[in-house]
Amino acid sequence: MTCEEAEILVHALIDGELDAGHARQVEDHLAGCSRCAAQLAAYREMSKSVARADLGYTAPAALRRRIEATLPEVRAPNRRAVLRGFALGSAVSAIAATGLVAVILRTDDHARVKSEMVSAHLRSLQAGHLTDVLSTDQHTVKPWFSGKLDVAPPVVDLTAQGFTLIGGRLDYVDAHAIGAIVYRRRLHVINLFVSQTAGTEHRPARIESFQGFNIRSWSEGGLNYWAVSDLAADELAEFGEKFEAAMRSSTTG
Amino acid sequence: MPGRCIHAGRASAKAEHGTMPVRATTDAEKGRRFRDAALSHLDDVYTLARYLLRDPSDAEDAVQECYLRALKHFDSYRGPAMKPWLFAILRNVCRAEFSRRASSPSGTIDEVTEKAEQAPLWREAQQTPESEMVRDSDASTIRRLVAALDQPFRETFVLREIHNLSYREIADVAEVPVGTVMSRLARARAMLRTAWMAEEEQPK
Repeated sequence: MTCEEAEILVHALIDGELDAGHARQVEDHLAGCSRCAAQLAAYREMSKSVARADLGYTAPAALRRRIEATLPEVRAPNRRAVLRGFALGSAVSAIAATGLVAVILRTDDHARVKSEMVSAHLRSLQAGHLTDVLSTDQHTVKPWFSGKLDVAPPVVDLTAQGFTLIGGRLDYVDAHAIGAIVYRRRLHVINLFVSQTAGTEHRPARIESFQGFNIRSWSEGGLNYWAVSDLAADELAEFGEKFEAAMRSSTTG
Repeated sequence: MPGRCIHAGRASAKAEHGTMPVRATTDAEKGRRFRDAALSHLDDVYTLARYLLRDPSDAEDAVQECYLRALKHFDSYRGPAMKPWLFAILRNVCRAEFSRRASSPSGTIDEVTEKAEQAPLWREAQQTPESEMVRDSDASTIRRLVAALDQPFRETFVLREIHNLSYREIADVAEVPVGTVMSRLARARAMLRTAWMAEEEQPK
């Protein structure tokens, strides 16, 4: 290796960017060339001096505020969100035109919605985001939703069946506010997302797995239900069955 | 695999969540995620802008434009790491400013760059005794010396020494081959060292 080559490569050596083979070649050259070895030491020292001096700048607070002002805020859905809602498809527009309440979720959006449900579930597990209303009392949780959503989701107490009601939350899926009822089984959280649907037919439950989470979805009485949890599939199925049974007994009874 | 633990799947799903782009469900959610992911690098982006443009108010304008563009493209952001991504956007913003300045009588940036890159490296190296070390200087002095480097060398030096980017990341930001990053960095350090030594010899 020539001094000219070494002059460049000592820098890559200082920065830890050389593979073992090239590092060895440079080191061999440095062992026999005091001039290049001195350069290496001098540049290494200079890099340390630069690092010690802390050459960074702090952004002015006014600049930070100006940039933050350009970010979308937490507020009522703006024009863009509304437009995106309409972009859901002609089915939505057609029903909106007939004066019915907007359909929230179309079935052919199933795969995308499934992924959003899991995202919403994951978000809810982040600190302090699980519930907006914290209560084990269904008569507290259900009224809380009233006025916040077009339809208040049914809230049933399943504590006796081994699923503890811990509260409710407003969530956003597919740019729509929907209700989430939160249950707990041992250390596992179950988010039950409830949204309105156009059809009133009963759709039997199906269990799927997505990104390591289990999802049990079904439709009943004009509502779509999605239970998302890291519970094992059989326990989540049990949750869904208990919930459906409790709903049936409350409507017939 | 027999006896595969079902929890392994869950753990990896959770681990993925940190890096996987989750589609923004609302604008507010997007704003929140953008603030967490991008605004935390504001000081770094501003620092690079200060060194690239050498003017505080031009730097502010460029950084604001950079964040506007970043927000616009945030939905399609899939990597690289956030910091180099922001730097690449900032650099594109600065390019317009460079070409505006290049029309000044002092010659184009490209001409300056070409001359500097063609000059042999030993010219700087021979001006300073190779064993002599630079002494610690105050930050404002070093900032001034770094700011005096020609643009491509200054940029490479700042991305490496202040922002700790790898050669590969610098190459992506500056849109040049890794070999060019290496030679520019060697030259940048040689020039800085020469200037630093000269600074120390000056009577205070």
